[in-house]
Amino acid sequence: MFESVGLHHYLVVGLILFCFGLFCVLTRRNAIGVLMGVELILNAANINFIAFSRYSAGSYDGHVFSIFVIMLAAAEAAIGLAIVLSIYRRAKSIDVNELQGLHW
Amino acid sequence: MGVGPSSMENLSLSVLTFYALAGTAVVGAAGVAFSRNIIYSALSLMVSFLGVAGLYVILGADFIAGVQVLLYVGGVLVLTLFAVMLTQGIRDVEVSNRSVGRIPAIVIVSGTAVVMYEAVSKAGWADKALAMDESSTYAVGNALLSDYILPFEVASIVLLAVLVGAVVLTRKEVVAEDESS
Repeated sequence: MFESVGLHHYLVVGLILFCFGLFCVLTRRNAIGVLMGVELILNAANINFIAFSRYSAGSYDGHVFSIFVIMLAAAEAAIGLAIVLSIYRRAKSIDVNELQGLHW
Repeated sequence: MGVGPSSMENLSLSVLTFYALAGTAVVGAAGVAFSRNIIYSALSLMVSFLGVAGLYVILGADFIAGVQVLLYVGGVLVLTLFAVMLTQGIRDVEVSNRSVGRIPAIVIVSGTAVVMYEAVSKAGWADKALAMDESSTYAVGNALLSDYILPFEVASIVLLAVLVGAVVLTRKEVVAEDESS
């Protein structure tokens, strides 16, 4: 197991990152913390894309897909944080347990 | 494959590098998940992103590694830190970062982990390092401008919409009546 690194190792790293991200999304009360968990999950997916492209596909399609994932993650961060900021301006809080209404 | 003494050494060095980078990524991710201070979480996120960028380099995806460092470490993290500082002030960061419901979260996460690990181990992936003959940046650029030209252009429109949307969402409220009510 320790002699060589294969696809399995990368998939396990992606799995661990995904689990930490999921845990972060589930337990954070801070909306920004939840967004950080989402970023971790997207990174886990990207590791899998690149690893499969290296070990199974033999083409660069996985690289292109991970570029799109990174692009969407950046878009999600920008819009998500803008929404968090405007919620904070209205409600003076970004605790996701307190923000339960759709209008305030 | 022929394994001489020198290639054996290279092999163990690459394995060692893999474990170091994977450990960096995992420790950073653990810091994001378990740190009580949101600023420490953001900095651990940076450590994790850098570890993942190193893993991309090992996998021969040097262009993706560069994009990762530029966009995540340079862009997303700065945005996150700005949002942290704009929303709650640096002083009371500690308080508003308590977590609830750890037990159900641990149950859900460990269940997911077990199922996914089973899937990862049992599935018969084609698992051999394939020879990537051309350089990755060249190939990705070719793919983006030939096969993936439509998604590429749509991505630029999405980014434009994001730009405008972020500005619209975060600017000061113009309607005065809304503030007084």
